[in-house]
Amino acid sequence: MAVTAPAATLEPPVALIAEITHRCPLSCAYCSNPLELERSAAELGTSDWLRVIEEAAALGVLHLHFTGGEPLARRDLATLVRHAAALQLYTNLITSGVQLDDRAMLALAEAGIDHIQLSFQDVEPERGDASGGLKGGHARKLAAAARIVAAQVPLTLNFVVHRGNIDRIPAMIALGERLGASRIEIAHVQYHGWALLNRASLLPTAEQLAVATAGVGAARARLGSRIPVDYVLPDYFATRPKACMGGWGRRAMNISPSGKALPCHAAESLPGFDFPSVRDTSLGAIWNGSEAFARFRGTDWAPEPCRSCKHLEADLGGCRCQAFALTGEAARTDPACKLSPDHHIVRQAIADAVAANDLQPRRIGLFGRAATR
Amino acid sequence: MTDEAVRPRFRRGVKFRFDETRQAWVLLAPEKLFTPQGTAVEILKRVDGERTLDEIVDDLASVFQAPRDLIARDVEVMLRDLEAKGAVWL
Ligand code: SF4
Ligand code: SF4
Repeated sequence: MAVTAPAATLEPPVALIAEITHRCPLSCAYCSNPLELERSAAELGTSDWLRVIEEAAALGVLHLHFTGGEPLARRDLATLVRHAAALQLYTNLITSGVQLDDRAMLALAEAGIDHIQLSFQDVEPERGDASGGLKGGHARKLAAAARIVAAQVPLTLNFVVHRGNIDRIPAMIALGERLGASRIEIAHVQYHGWALLNRASLLPTAEQLAVATAGVGAARARLGSRIPVDYVLPDYFATRPKACMGGWGRRAMNISPSGKALPCHAAESLPGFDFPSVRDTSLGAIWNGSEAFARFRGTDWAPEPCRSCKHLEADLGGCRCQAFALTGEAARTDPACKLSPDHHIVRQAIADAVAANDLQPRRIGLFGRAATR
Repeated sequence: MTDEAVRPRFRRGVKFRFDETRQAWVLLAPEKLFTPQGTAVEILKRVDGERTLDEIVDDLASVFQAPRDLIARDVEVMLRDLEAKGAVWL
Protein backbone atom coordinates (compact mmCIF):
# COMPACT_ATOMS: atom_id res chain seq x y z
CA MET A 1 0.00 0.00 0.00
CA ALA A 2 1.40 3.35 -0.95
CA VAL A 3 1.18 5.58 2.03
CA THR A 4 3.10 8.82 1.78
CA ALA A 5 5.24 9.53 4.77
CA PRO A 6 6.26 13.17 4.60
CA ALA A 7 8.55 12.93 7.61
CA ALA A 8 10.79 10.46 5.81
CA THR A 9 11.41 12.77 2.85
CA LEU A 10 11.54 16.00 4.82
CA GLU A 11 14.76 17.96 4.39
CA PRO A 12 16.32 19.25 7.59
CA PRO A 13 16.08 22.99 8.25
CA VAL A 14 19.04 25.03 7.02
CA ALA A 15 18.55 27.95 9.36
CA LEU A 16 17.63 28.57 12.96
CA ILE A 17 16.52 32.07 13.82
CA ALA A 18 17.08 32.58 17.51
CA GLU A 19 15.09 35.56 18.73
CA ILE A 20 16.80 35.51 22.07
CA THR A 21 15.05 38.57 23.48
CA HIS A 22 12.47 41.17 22.57
CA ARG A 23 14.26 43.78 24.65
CA CYS A 24 15.83 46.54 22.58
CA PRO A 25 17.23 49.97 23.39
CA LEU A 26 15.64 51.31 20.23
CA SER A 27 11.98 51.75 19.37
CA CYS A 28 11.69 51.71 15.59
CA ALA A 29 8.18 52.23 14.32
CA TYR A 30 8.93 49.79 11.47
CA CYS A 31 9.84 46.96 13.82
CA SER A 32 8.26 43.70 12.72
CA ASN A 33 8.21 42.27 16.24
CA PRO A 34 4.74 41.44 17.56
CA LEU A 35 2.73 44.15 19.32
CA GLU A 36 2.73 42.06 22.45
CA LEU A 37 6.42 41.89 23.20
CA GLU A 38 7.69 39.25 25.57
CA ARG A 39 9.20 40.44 28.83
CA SER A 40 12.62 39.40 30.08
CA ALA A 41 11.17 37.20 32.84
CA ALA A 42 9.59 34.98 30.17
CA GLU A 43 12.85 34.45 28.26
CA LEU A 44 14.56 31.10 27.91
CA GLY A 45 17.60 30.71 30.14
CA THR A 46 21.16 30.10 29.03
CA SER A 47 21.06 26.35 29.52
CA ASP A 48 17.89 26.05 27.44
CA TRP A 49 19.50 27.95 24.59
CA LEU A 50 22.66 25.85 24.79
CA ARG A 51 20.55 22.72 24.48
CA VAL A 52 18.54 24.20 21.59
CA ILE A 53 21.79 25.01 19.77
CA GLU A 54 22.96 21.41 20.19
CA GLU A 55 19.66 20.07 18.93
CA ALA A 56 19.83 22.42 15.96
CA ALA A 57 23.30 21.25 14.97
CA ALA A 58 22.27 17.61 15.31
CA LEU A 59 19.17 18.23 13.20
CA GLY A 60 21.22 19.67 10.33
CA VAL A 61 20.90 23.42 10.84
CA LEU A 62 23.78 25.25 9.13
CA HIS A 63 23.12 28.95 9.76
CA LEU A 64 22.30 30.27 13.20
CA HIS A 65 20.99 33.82 13.32
CA PHE A 66 20.94 35.62 16.64
CA THR A 67 18.28 38.26 16.52
CA GLY A 68 15.53 39.88 18.60
CA GLY A 69 14.91 42.55 19.76
CA GLU A 70 18.52 43.30 20.40
CA PRO A 71 20.56 40.14 21.08
CA LEU A 72 23.21 42.18 22.92
CA ALA A 73 20.61 42.92 25.57
CA ARG A 74 21.42 39.42 26.84
CA ARG A 75 24.67 38.95 28.71
CA ASP A 76 25.11 35.35 27.61
CA LEU A 77 25.27 36.11 23.90
CA ALA A 78 28.99 35.34 23.58
CA THR A 79 28.49 32.08 25.49
CA LEU A 80 25.82 31.02 23.02
CA VAL A 81 27.96 32.03 20.04
CA ARG A 82 30.93 30.06 21.36
CA HIS A 83 28.81 26.96 21.79
CA ALA A 84 27.40 27.27 18.28
CA ALA A 85 30.81 27.89 16.73
CA ALA A 86 32.22 24.78 18.43
CA LEU A 87 29.43 22.80 16.75
CA GLN A 88 30.45 24.29 13.39
CA LEU A 89 27.29 26.33 12.97
CA TYR A 90 27.64 29.49 10.92
CA THR A 91 26.89 32.24 13.42
CA ASN A 92 25.35 35.53 12.39
CA LEU A 93 24.50 38.37 14.73
CA ILE A 94 21.76 40.77 13.71
CA THR A 95 22.21 43.87 15.81
CA SER A 96 21.40 47.55 16.08
CA GLY A 97 24.94 48.00 17.41
CA VAL A 98 24.27 50.60 20.06
CA GLN A 99 25.48 48.24 22.80
CA LEU A 100 28.42 46.89 20.85
CA ASP A 101 31.23 48.38 22.91
CA ASP A 102 34.86 47.21 22.96
CA ARG A 103 34.18 44.53 25.52
CA ALA A 104 31.20 43.08 23.70
CA MET A 105 33.11 43.08 20.42
CA LEU A 106 36.10 41.32 21.92
CA ALA A 107 33.90 38.68 23.54
CA LEU A 108 32.09 38.00 20.28
CA ALA A 109 35.27 37.83 18.24
CA GLU A 110 36.83 35.43 20.73
CA ALA A 111 33.69 33.33 20.71
CA GLY A 112 34.07 32.94 16.95
CA ILE A 113 31.23 34.98 15.48
CA ASP A 114 31.23 34.49 11.69
CA HIS A 115 29.34 37.55 10.54
CA ILE A 116 27.60 40.62 11.89
CA GLN A 117 24.68 42.43 10.33
CA LEU A 118 24.49 45.95 11.66
CA SER A 119 21.38 48.01 11.06
CA PHE A 120 21.17 51.75 10.53
CA GLN A 121 17.93 53.74 10.64
CA ASP A 122 19.22 56.46 8.35
CA VAL A 123 22.40 58.12 7.10
CA GLU A 124 21.79 61.44 8.80
CA PRO A 125 22.49 61.30 12.56
CA GLU A 126 19.48 63.37 13.67
CA ARG A 127 17.07 61.45 11.49
CA GLY A 128 18.55 58.13 12.53
CA ASP A 129 18.28 59.01 16.20
CA ALA A 130 14.71 60.20 15.77
CA SER A 131 13.75 57.04 13.93
CA GLY A 132 15.33 54.71 16.48
CA GLY A 133 14.22 56.85 19.39
CA LEU A 134 17.67 57.05 20.97
CA LYS A 135 19.76 60.19 21.10
CA GLY A 136 23.33 59.45 20.12
CA GLY A 137 22.34 56.08 18.69
CA HIS A 138 23.62 56.81 15.21
CA ALA A 139 27.06 57.79 16.50
CA ARG A 140 27.22 54.56 18.48
CA LYS A 141 26.42 52.58 15.38
CA LEU A 142 29.24 54.25 13.50
CA ALA A 143 31.59 53.29 16.31
CA ALA A 144 30.23 49.74 16.28
CA ALA A 145 30.89 49.43 12.55
CA ALA A 146 34.50 50.50 13.08
CA ARG A 147 34.92 47.92 15.85
CA ILE A 148 33.51 45.12 13.72
CA VAL A 149 35.81 45.95 10.83
CA ALA A 150 38.82 46.30 13.15
CA ALA A 151 38.04 42.88 14.60
CA GLN A 152 38.05 41.55 11.02
CA VAL A 153 34.56 40.19 11.27
CA PRO A 154 32.68 40.47 7.98
CA LEU A 155 30.11 43.22 8.17
CA THR A 156 26.79 43.60 6.40
CA LEU A 157 25.27 47.03 6.70
CA ASN A 158 21.50 46.83 6.76
CA PHE A 159 19.04 49.62 6.10
CA VAL A 160 15.32 49.15 6.44
CA VAL A 161 13.79 51.59 4.00
CA HIS A 162 10.41 53.30 4.10
CA ARG A 163 8.83 56.54 2.96
CA GLY A 164 10.85 58.64 5.39
CA ASN A 165 14.33 57.50 4.32
CA ILE A 166 14.03 55.74 0.98
CA ASP A 167 15.20 58.81 -0.92
CA ARG A 168 18.64 58.48 0.65
CA ILE A 169 19.52 55.00 -0.65
CA PRO A 170 22.56 56.22 -2.65
CA ALA A 171 23.94 57.84 0.51
CA MET A 172 23.25 54.64 2.47
CA ILE A 173 25.28 52.62 0.03
CA ALA A 174 28.06 55.20 0.12
CA LEU A 175 28.09 54.96 3.91
CA GLY A 176 28.43 51.19 3.66
CA GLU A 177 31.42 51.57 1.37
CA ARG A 178 33.01 54.14 3.63
CA LEU A 179 32.59 51.98 6.72
CA GLY A 180 34.17 48.96 5.07
CA ALA A 181 31.08 46.76 4.79
CA SER A 182 31.57 43.56 2.82
CA ARG A 183 27.91 43.47 1.94
CA ILE A 184 25.01 45.93 1.99
CA GLU A 185 21.38 45.05 2.44
CA ILE A 186 18.59 47.43 1.53
CA ALA A 187 15.43 45.90 2.94
CA HIS A 188 11.92 47.21 2.57
CA VAL A 189 9.77 47.20 5.66
CA GLN A 190 7.94 43.95 6.24
CA TYR A 191 4.44 44.81 7.30
CA HIS A 192 4.07 42.67 10.40
CA GLY A 193 3.66 43.71 14.03
CA TRP A 194 4.53 47.34 14.66
CA ALA A 195 5.23 47.98 11.02
CA LEU A 196 1.72 46.92 10.08
CA LEU A 197 0.32 49.25 12.71
CA ASN A 198 2.34 52.09 11.19
CA ARG A 199 1.88 51.08 7.59
CA ALA A 200 0.11 54.21 6.38
CA SER A 201 3.06 56.34 7.43
CA LEU A 202 5.73 53.93 6.18
CA LEU A 203 4.66 52.86 2.70
CA PRO A 204 6.67 54.65 0.03
CA THR A 205 5.05 56.03 -3.09
CA ALA A 206 5.43 54.22 -6.40
CA GLU A 207 7.57 57.12 -7.63
CA GLN A 208 9.90 56.90 -4.65
CA LEU A 209 10.19 53.17 -5.20
CA ALA A 210 11.11 53.55 -8.85
CA VAL A 211 13.88 56.03 -8.02
CA ALA A 212 15.12 53.81 -5.20
CA THR A 213 15.28 50.72 -7.37
CA ALA A 214 17.16 52.59 -10.07
CA GLY A 215 19.58 53.86 -7.43
CA VAL A 216 20.32 50.34 -6.26
CA GLY A 217 20.84 49.25 -9.85
CA ALA A 218 23.39 52.01 -10.43
CA ALA A 219 25.26 51.15 -7.23
CA ARG A 220 25.34 47.47 -8.13
CA ALA A 221 26.78 48.24 -11.53
CA ARG A 222 29.49 50.31 -9.89
CA LEU A 223 30.34 47.95 -7.02
CA GLY A 224 30.09 44.67 -8.89
CA SER A 225 31.02 41.69 -6.74
CA ARG A 226 33.28 43.81 -4.53
CA ILE A 227 30.37 44.78 -2.26
CA PRO A 228 27.21 42.87 -3.13
CA VAL A 229 24.05 44.90 -2.56
CA ASP A 230 21.04 42.82 -1.57
CA TYR A 231 17.72 44.37 -2.47
CA VAL A 232 14.32 42.81 -2.91
CA LEU A 233 11.32 44.63 -4.29
CA PRO A 234 8.65 45.07 -1.64
CA ASP A 235 5.79 42.71 -2.29
CA TYR A 236 3.12 45.39 -1.93
CA PHE A 237 4.43 46.76 -5.21
CA ALA A 238 5.31 43.49 -6.92
CA THR A 239 2.92 41.39 -8.97
CA ARG A 240 3.70 38.13 -7.22
CA PRO A 241 4.48 37.43 -3.57
CA LYS A 242 7.67 35.89 -2.25
CA ALA A 243 7.94 32.37 -0.95
CA CYS A 244 7.99 33.58 2.61
CA MET A 245 10.92 32.15 4.58
CA GLY A 246 11.59 29.91 1.57
CA GLY A 247 8.36 28.12 2.41
CA TRP A 248 6.49 27.35 5.60
CA GLY A 249 8.40 24.78 7.64
CA ARG A 250 10.75 24.13 4.77
CA ARG A 251 14.04 25.94 5.36
CA ALA A 252 13.94 27.73 8.66
CA MET A 253 12.76 27.52 12.20
CA ASN A 254 12.24 30.57 14.40
CA ILE A 255 12.43 30.40 18.18
CA SER A 256 10.74 33.20 20.14
CA PRO A 257 12.33 34.63 23.30
CA SER A 258 10.16 32.42 25.50
CA GLY A 259 10.92 29.33 23.44
CA LYS A 260 8.01 28.98 21.06
CA ALA A 261 9.00 27.31 17.80
CA LEU A 262 7.53 29.13 14.82
CA PRO A 263 7.80 28.66 11.05
CA CYS A 264 8.39 32.43 10.85
CA HIS A 265 8.67 35.21 13.39
CA ALA A 266 5.29 36.64 12.52
CA ALA A 267 3.45 33.33 12.83
CA GLU A 268 2.68 33.88 16.48
CA SER A 269 -0.07 36.25 15.33
CA LEU A 270 -1.97 33.39 13.69
CA PRO A 271 -4.97 32.07 15.63
CA GLY A 272 -5.84 28.40 15.85
CA PHE A 273 -2.28 27.22 16.24
CA ASP A 274 -0.64 25.40 19.06
CA PHE A 275 3.00 26.21 18.49
CA PRO A 276 5.27 23.81 20.35
CA SER A 277 7.80 25.02 22.90
CA VAL A 278 11.45 24.07 22.93
CA ARG A 279 11.13 23.91 26.71
CA ASP A 280 9.41 20.53 26.44
CA THR A 281 9.86 19.33 22.85
CA SER A 282 13.07 18.70 20.93
CA LEU A 283 13.74 20.60 17.71
CA GLY A 284 13.76 17.32 15.80
CA ALA A 285 10.34 16.34 17.12
CA ILE A 286 9.02 19.80 16.30
CA TRP A 287 10.40 19.86 12.77
CA ASN A 288 9.37 16.33 11.91
CA GLY A 289 6.24 15.90 13.94
CA SER A 290 4.46 19.11 14.80
CA GLU A 291 1.11 19.80 13.21
CA ALA A 292 1.83 23.54 13.21
CA PHE A 293 4.88 23.11 11.00
CA ALA A 294 3.11 20.64 8.73
CA ARG A 295 -0.06 22.66 8.20
CA PHE A 296 1.13 24.96 5.40
CA ARG A 297 4.15 22.97 4.35
CA GLY A 298 4.41 22.33 0.62
CA THR A 299 1.43 23.00 -1.60
CA ASP A 300 -1.34 20.62 -0.53
CA TRP A 301 -3.07 23.25 1.57
CA ALA A 302 -3.16 25.83 -1.24
CA PRO A 303 -6.51 27.33 -2.30
CA GLU A 304 -7.47 28.73 -5.67
CA PRO A 305 -6.17 30.63 -7.55
CA CYS A 306 -2.82 29.19 -6.38
CA ARG A 307 -3.85 25.57 -6.79
CA SER A 308 -4.09 25.86 -10.55
CA CYS A 309 -1.34 28.44 -10.94
CA LYS A 310 2.00 27.67 -12.57
CA HIS A 311 3.89 29.79 -10.01
CA LEU A 312 2.83 27.74 -7.01
CA GLU A 313 6.09 25.80 -6.72
CA ALA A 314 8.06 29.03 -6.89
CA ASP A 315 6.21 31.21 -4.39
CA LEU A 316 4.08 28.68 -2.48
CA GLY A 317 1.21 31.13 -2.40
CA GLY A 318 3.18 33.79 -0.52
CA CYS A 319 3.09 34.68 3.16
CA ARG A 320 0.54 33.06 5.51
CA CYS A 321 0.92 35.78 8.10
CA GLN A 322 0.28 38.48 5.54
CA ALA A 323 -2.77 36.62 4.26
CA PHE A 324 -4.11 36.48 7.81
CA ALA A 325 -3.23 40.06 8.68
CA LEU A 326 -4.97 41.41 5.61
CA THR A 327 -7.89 39.03 5.11
CA GLY A 328 -8.41 37.41 8.49
CA GLU A 329 -7.67 33.97 7.02
CA ALA A 330 -4.22 32.42 6.95
CA ALA A 331 -5.08 29.84 4.29
CA ARG A 332 -5.84 32.33 1.53
CA THR A 333 -3.65 33.44 -1.35
CA ASP A 334 -1.31 36.21 -0.22
CA PRO A 335 -3.13 39.46 -1.13
CA ALA A 336 0.17 40.84 -2.41
CA CYS A 337 -0.39 38.64 -5.46
CA LYS A 338 -2.06 40.36 -8.38
CA LEU A 339 -4.15 37.24 -8.95
CA SER A 340 -5.48 37.14 -5.40
CA PRO A 341 -9.19 37.96 -5.05
CA ASP A 342 -8.10 40.15 -2.11
CA HIS A 343 -5.49 42.13 -4.00
CA HIS A 344 -7.60 45.28 -3.74
CA ILE A 345 -6.68 45.39 -0.03
CA VAL A 346 -3.06 45.99 -0.93
CA ARG A 347 -3.96 48.48 -3.63
CA GLN A 348 -6.13 50.29 -1.13
CA ALA A 349 -3.34 50.38 1.48
CA ILE A 350 -1.05 52.01 -1.05
CA ALA A 351 -3.76 54.50 -2.00
CA ASP A 352 -4.51 55.21 1.68
CA ALA A 353 -0.91 55.75 2.67
CA VAL A 354 -0.92 59.20 4.17
CA ALA A 355 1.75 61.81 4.07
CA ALA A 356 1.15 62.42 7.78
CA ASN A 357 3.79 61.26 10.15
CA ASP A 358 1.96 59.63 13.02
CA LEU A 359 4.34 56.80 13.71
CA GLN A 360 3.76 54.75 16.82
CA PRO A 361 7.15 53.79 18.30
CA ARG A 362 7.59 50.19 19.42
CA ARG A 363 7.29 49.70 23.17
CA ILE A 364 7.11 46.77 25.53
CA GLY A 365 3.82 46.57 27.39
CA LEU A 366 2.00 49.25 25.41
CA PHE A 367 -0.33 46.79 23.78
CA GLY A 368 -1.80 44.63 26.48
CA ARG A 369 -5.13 44.27 24.77
CA ALA A 370 -6.25 44.09 21.19
CA ALA A 371 -4.94 47.37 19.96
CA THR A 372 -4.33 46.20 16.44
CA ARG A 373 -6.23 47.81 13.69
CA MET B 1 41.51 35.11 -18.65
CA THR B 2 42.39 34.69 -15.04
CA ASP B 3 46.00 35.04 -14.03
CA GLU B 4 47.26 31.52 -13.41
CA ALA B 5 49.51 32.61 -10.58
CA VAL B 6 46.58 33.93 -8.59
CA ARG B 7 45.87 32.15 -5.30
CA PRO B 8 42.12 31.64 -4.97
CA ARG B 9 40.78 32.05 -1.46
CA PHE B 10 37.45 32.21 0.27
CA ARG B 11 36.21 35.59 1.27
CA ARG B 12 36.00 36.45 4.91
CA GLY B 13 32.82 35.04 6.34
CA VAL B 14 32.71 32.10 3.94
CA LYS B 15 33.03 28.54 5.20
CA PHE B 16 33.39 25.31 3.27
CA ARG B 17 32.77 22.15 5.22
CA PHE B 18 31.32 18.69 5.21
CA ASP B 19 27.87 18.35 6.72
CA GLU B 20 27.29 15.02 8.43
CA THR B 21 23.50 15.30 8.41
CA ARG B 22 23.25 15.73 4.66
CA GLN B 23 26.42 13.75 3.92
CA ALA B 24 27.35 16.58 1.58
CA TRP B 25 29.77 19.48 1.29
CA VAL B 26 28.32 22.90 1.97
CA LEU B 27 29.62 26.39 1.26
CA LEU B 28 28.27 28.83 3.81
CA ALA B 29 28.20 32.60 3.42
CA PRO B 30 26.05 35.33 4.98
CA GLU B 31 22.46 34.49 4.05
CA LYS B 32 23.72 32.05 1.43
CA LEU B 33 24.12 28.32 1.13
CA PHE B 34 25.70 26.56 -1.82
CA THR B 35 25.78 22.81 -2.14
CA PRO B 36 28.58 22.07 -4.59
CA GLN B 37 28.69 18.60 -6.11
CA GLY B 38 31.27 16.39 -7.80
CA THR B 39 34.06 18.30 -9.49
CA ALA B 40 33.11 21.51 -7.74
CA VAL B 41 33.83 19.90 -4.38
CA GLU B 42 37.23 18.72 -5.60
CA ILE B 43 38.07 22.22 -6.79
CA LEU B 44 36.93 23.90 -3.58
CA LYS B 45 38.88 21.48 -1.42
CA ARG B 46 41.98 22.93 -3.02
CA VAL B 47 41.07 26.58 -2.44
CA ASP B 48 43.22 27.60 0.49
CA GLY B 49 44.77 30.94 -0.41
CA GLU B 50 48.12 29.22 -0.83
CA ARG B 51 47.86 27.12 -3.95
CA THR B 52 47.86 29.02 -7.24
CA LEU B 53 45.25 28.46 -9.90
CA ASP B 54 47.93 26.69 -11.91
CA GLU B 55 48.76 24.31 -9.10
CA ILE B 56 45.11 23.51 -8.51
CA VAL B 57 44.62 22.66 -12.16
CA ASP B 58 47.80 20.54 -12.26
CA ASP B 59 46.75 18.62 -9.22
CA LEU B 60 43.24 17.94 -10.52
CA ALA B 61 44.55 16.93 -13.94
CA SER B 62 46.85 14.38 -12.41
CA VAL B 63 44.42 13.03 -9.83
CA PHE B 64 41.59 12.65 -12.32
CA GLN B 65 43.76 11.77 -15.31
CA ALA B 66 41.94 14.33 -17.42
CA PRO B 67 43.12 16.74 -20.11
CA ARG B 68 44.57 19.85 -18.50
CA ASP B 69 42.72 22.26 -20.83
CA LEU B 70 39.39 20.82 -19.91
CA ILE B 71 40.09 21.01 -16.20
CA ALA B 72 41.45 24.54 -16.50
CA ARG B 73 38.23 25.65 -18.13
CA ASP B 74 36.03 23.99 -15.51
CA VAL B 75 38.01 25.52 -12.68
CA GLU B 76 37.91 28.97 -14.19
CA VAL B 77 34.18 28.90 -14.90
CA MET B 78 33.32 27.66 -11.45
CA LEU B 79 35.54 30.02 -9.50
CA ARG B 80 34.46 33.01 -11.61
CA ASP B 81 30.87 32.16 -10.84
CA LEU B 82 31.56 31.97 -7.11
CA GLU B 83 33.50 35.20 -7.30
CA ALA B 84 30.49 36.91 -8.86
CA LYS B 85 28.37 35.50 -6.05
CA GLY B 86 30.71 37.00 -3.50
CA ALA B 87 32.13 33.78 -2.08
CA VAL B 88 35.65 33.65 -3.50
CA TRP B 89 38.46 36.09 -4.31
CA LEU B 90 40.51 35.48 -7.43
S1 SF4 C 1 13.64 47.12 14.36
FE1 SF4 C 1 14.42 48.65 15.81
S2 SF4 C 1 13.17 48.34 17.65
FE2 SF4 C 1 12.87 46.51 16.40
S3 SF4 C 1 14.41 45.08 17.16
FE3 SF4 C 1 15.35 46.17 15.43
S4 SF4 C 1 16.45 47.91 16.34
FE4 SF4 C 1 15.02 47.13 17.90
S1 SF4 D 1 -1.95 32.81 -7.55
FE1 SF4 D 1 -0.82 31.91 -5.86
S2 SF4 D 1 0.75 30.65 -6.84
FE2 SF4 D 1 -0.03 32.05 -8.41
S3 SF4 D 1 1.37 33.78 -8.39
FE3 SF4 D 1 -0.34 34.28 -7.00
S4 SF4 D 1 0.35 33.61 -4.97
FE4 SF4 D 1 1.69 32.63 -6.47
